[in-house]
Amino acid sequence: MPIRTEPITVNIGPQHPSTHGVFRMRVTFDGEMIIDVEPIFGYLHRGSEKLAEERTYTQVITLTDRLDYVSSMSNNLSYVLAVEKLSGIVPPERAMYLRVIVAELQRIVSHLVATGFFLNDVGALATPLMYCFREREKILDMFEMLCGARITLSFMRVGGIFQDAPSEFWEALTDFLEYMPGYIDEYERLITGNEILLSRTKDIGVLSSEQAINSSISGPILRASGVKWDLRKADPYDVYDRMEFEIPVGTVGDNYDRYLIRIAEMRESLKILQQCVNQIPDGPIRADTANLIRPPVGDAYGHVEGPKGELGFYLVSDGGISPYRCKIRSSSLINLTALKDMLVDTKLADMIVTFGSVDINMGEVDR
Amino acid sequence: MTSVLDAESLARKLNDFIPDVVEGHSEGDVWVKAESIADVCSQLKNDPETNMDYLVSVSAVDYIEYFEMVYHLRSISLNHGVVLKSKCWGREDIEVPSVTHIWQGADFQEREVYDLMGIHFNGHYNLKRLLLWEGFPGHPQRKDYLEDPR
Repeated sequence: MPIRTEPITVNIGPQHPSTHGVFRMRVTFDGEMIIDVEPIFGYLHRGSEKLAEERTYTQVITLTDRLDYVSSMSNNLSYVLAVEKLSGIVPPERAMYLRVIVAELQRIVSHLVATGFFLNDVGALATPLMYCFREREKILDMFEMLCGARITLSFMRVGGIFQDAPSEFWEALTDFLEYMPGYIDEYERLITGNEILLSRTKDIGVLSSEQAINSSISGPILRASGVKWDLRKADPYDVYDRMEFEIPVGTVGDNYDRYLIRIAEMRESLKILQQCVNQIPDGPIRADTANLIRPPVGDAYGHVEGPKGELGFYLVSDGGISPYRCKIRSSSLINLTALKDMLVDTKLADMIVTFGSVDINMGEVDR
Repeated sequence: MTSVLDAESLARKLNDFIPDVVEGHSEGDVWVKAESIADVCSQLKNDPETNMDYLVSVSAVDYIEYFEMVYHLRSISLNHGVVLKSKCWGREDIEVPSVTHIWQGADFQEREVYDLMGIHFNGHYNLKRLLLWEGFPGHPQRKDYLEDPR
């Protein structure tokens, strides 16, 4: 006689050490297997879109810092690109290069944090995380040289950037480009071939390319599923069209591929950084624009390939000093659409690992 | 570079598919009737010439007299895109067909629009509030929403 089991519903979060913030999900188990997942959002909702309607175009930049607070530069960039598209402002060359430099540094920071916490979730408690945070610290020091802040940077401005980079930034960046490849090799030596990691991540949380496209997935998760899509190549902004780099793609779309893609992307970011350092021209860093921007009536959608995926801003202007509507296309929220597809038919113990491999940030999910 | 589809020829094509579905067009934007949104979307996805396999974002804008639904569509295989818009007149009981059966990616985005703007999506399998809690009064992204009416 078969043993009859009752499905059990378990609540996980919002206060849970491995949900990276205040994420909550209601998971239904049949024994040890997951049969249903329902994510529940809103614990960090601050109404950023509504707040943006009451601020001037420049003031909104500070709100974008607080979306995904480990990739503030990318958020700033996406927003200022949308405003520039709306108002027809073209930033000077040097500013575009500096934007690409800081955006790529930010991508490395975000991928380091993602990798560190992912390994934390796998069970390599804290040690690999501290290795990753060692280099993150160096980049945050560089950000401090640029604008005095480390996390909420507000470095970008409509039509350029806040200020030119000081000479010590260039020294720090040159040093960084020298030692960082060695550090990435170090992570790979410690982790990539590790048998425990392989058995915990290989063929777990698989997402097919059709499912990924249909669920509007973007960023490293989409590429891990084998779709060669990167907005930096497909729809280049700033000076990405002058950069030579590869788009790493995965084959299986499992947790391990997602980890490998992030490591590979860090190496590609270093290539882009080196090219920027070689090519950057002298000149002004801000277009000649008024401080109070009044874009013409209309709408525009600006997007970047952020570290976690496509981050877009849909702005509507009524000709006034603040956006009439500021819609944020959040990559973290939309990437969670496929969480159910990844989790169903895996085991309880894999749940946190798969969730960690998606790499979300609750500040951006709830906005 | 992601190219933008020519709105005029696209509008002609959509009108052939569903008569008088297009209400207007301007560079890259096509306005269609709200009740036909889902049909237009599935046509755009299944037509091999447009092949809009990727839904970038679903937004709603409150223009006081009407709400405008904005769908940013993209084809990953052909690298082009188009913006589909739709005007929904009135303030109460606004209904739009859901596109979740075409793109699963619309799931959370439509729930967010419902939550913050109060637009109902017919055919969404789980239309609940996304960010706010059940029982929250009103829809705060609307222009006439006042937290503390005086």
